[in-house]
Amino acid sequence: MLIQIKNLTKTYQRHDGAINAVDNLSLDIPKGSFVTITGASGSGKTTLLLMLGGLLRPTSGKMVYNGNEINLHKEEELANFRSNHVGFVMQSFALIPYLTAVENIMIALNVKNSDKAKNRKGALELLEWVGLDDRTTHYPKELSAGQQQRVAIARALANNPDLLLADEPTGNLDPGLSEEILGVLKEINQNHNTTIVMVTHSPMAAEYGNTKIQMKNGKLHTHVSNVIAEQIN
Amino acid sequence: MRLTDLTLKELWHRKSQLVSGLLAITLGIGVIVGIRSFSVVSEKAVAVNLDNLGANILVLPQSSSVDNYYAADIDASTFPEDYVEKLVTSTIPGVDNISPKLTRRIKVGNENIVLTGILPKSEIASKPIWQRGGIQGQQAAASCAPSGPQKYADAKLQRKGIDTLANNDCFIGSGIASRLKLKEGSKLTIMDKEFTVAKLLPETGTVDDDRVFANLHTVQALLGTGEQISAIEIMGCCSAISEGLLGKLRNVLPDTRITTIGQIVSTQIENNKLMSKISLVFLIIIVFVGGISIGNYIWGNVNERRKEIGILRMIGYHKQYIYYILVLKALLMGLVGGIAGYILGTLSAMWLGPQFSGIAVNPIYMYFFYSIVVAILISIIGSLIPAYLAGKIEPFSNMQED
Ligand SMILES: Nc1ncnc2c1ncn2[C@@H]1O[C@H](COP(=O)(O)OP(=O)(O)O)[C@@H](O)[C@H]1O
Ligand SMILES: [Mg+2]
Repeated sequence: MLIQIKNLTKTYQRHDGAINAVDNLSLDIPKGSFVTITGASGSGKTTLLLMLGGLLRPTSGKMVYNGNEINLHKEEELANFRSNHVGFVMQSFALIPYLTAVENIMIALNVKNSDKAKNRKGALELLEWVGLDDRTTHYPKELSAGQQQRVAIARALANNPDLLLADEPTGNLDPGLSEEILGVLKEINQNHNTTIVMVTHSPMAAEYGNTKIQMKNGKLHTHVSNVIAEQIN
Repeated sequence: MRLTDLTLKELWHRKSQLVSGLLAITLGIGVIVGIRSFSVVSEKAVAVNLDNLGANILVLPQSSSVDNYYAADIDASTFPEDYVEKLVTSTIPGVDNISPKLTRRIKVGNENIVLTGILPKSEIASKPIWQRGGIQGQQAAASCAPSGPQKYADAKLQRKGIDTLANNDCFIGSGIASRLKLKEGSKLTIMDKEFTVAKLLPETGTVDDDRVFANLHTVQALLGTGEQISAIEIMGCCSAISEGLLGKLRNVLPDTRITTIGQIVSTQIENNKLMSKISLVFLIIIVFVGGISIGNYIWGNVNERRKEIGILRMIGYHKQYIYYILVLKALLMGLVGGIAGYILGTLSAMWLGPQFSGIAVNPIYMYFFYSIVVAILISIIGSLIPAYLAGKIEPFSNMQED
């Protein structure tokens, strides 16, 4: 198992009372799987993803990564966990506007290694891999939505993560572009054996997963795993 | 792309905002540098004054201000030249080297100069009535017992060296000589009258460098003032001064302002002390206002960059790197503000100094470094709180807006 979460709960205090955005949820994510999470808006998908990526600390519960429990209370340990193991792809791309495509990737590589020349080379290779070798010095606003998302994917791969987390990565893209991006994610999952957890609204996108989770009110509603099914067969 | 490069790119990306962010600090540093540059020169002027003055009593029109010895006679109102005779005929003991002057600020071409009419000794001597008074030919320094400061006793008034000055001759200060490219023997036309430069005066660092000295009567004719003068310089015997010479002179010339140069000098020293205090007050104000203004700017910047800071945290940068990019930005702003403030202050002092007090101000290069150091310190201090708060921005800030 890459990640095991046990009785994870995130409670938000709001003016109208406390709400469990994720409610006592347990889940195992096998190495190499492609997990898709669907569910109504407000069902806790993003909150769960943020906790899986070490971006948000749960109110209670624990998380085991590769057999080691993660200390969820040390902020800088979580930062190391993110840069060492996790890549993020967001619906809004989350690129830095005044950096070019190649620089946006270099700034991620620089977290672990400050060798500029090496980082530039690495960033160019990643851009080439996502098919943007002719757009390296373009700024985000000079790129189409699909191209921006490719840059974001290249950045997410910068530090060779074991886990790629995507929150509605195709939410801002039209169907044609969505399929392209989903294709890229699938290739990452299959060729690099990178575990992917993807939140999506779209049933079509959800079909890319080999484990499909549906959430409702912060809990697992349905959980269909082809991985387990394959193993049973 | 390192964080330093990122900071530089961000600075450039939002460069138009820098102007407002830098305004307070640039103006603040500018004011201090301006005041300090000015008062350093005027302190130097005081020193030159103490060293070189022969004349130690100045008779000025009642209405004139005595803030600045070098400028006291410029554009002052006038009084009749026969006051000189009144002085002479009064035969007050201890009065030597009476020297009347008429001074006006005029333009020669595009250059501002100060035209001063003086009487050479030969002419004073040629007036029988003055000879009777026994002024001419006496060596004041020798005749005065050095009861005052030694500086006065053996002082050499530069203008004392003027023994003869023909009607068409003039002596010019070094500043004018260099600006108008004049040498001894050159011709200089002032208000349609052609003068021959008879002598270049050595540089003094005072408004005298911008003076043209010509014969008093020629100047009176040129300016059309009639027999009027704007000041009388007197070499008063030091012991006589302490025995009430000024009071006696005031009795003879009741409608004038008579002051010892020592007084003027000490007024000027007082002024300089005041200037130092003012610049200290300004320094304190600028530390507060500049610091708060930079802090406010950085805080605005942090808010504008919440998403971006969230992204950096998301991809694994620790808090201290967020502090780093913000404090580095403040440091760079301090650098720019310090340089701009230094230039602004120095240029203002160089421009305004001569206009308001007739003192030529030179840039003080040492202040370049002080300006930068002070501006950087202020900026860094101002940025600490915003940077600390920026460290609290959650790494998922960029995802929750939807
Ligand atoms: N920072 C927050 N403060 C308070 N409530 C929050 C916050 N973030 C999310 N929530 C609430 O938690 C619930 C789950 O949110 P979220 O995980 O974003 O759902 P989803 O991504 O499935 O739409 C929602 O009811 C949402 O309003
Ligand atoms: Mg969501």
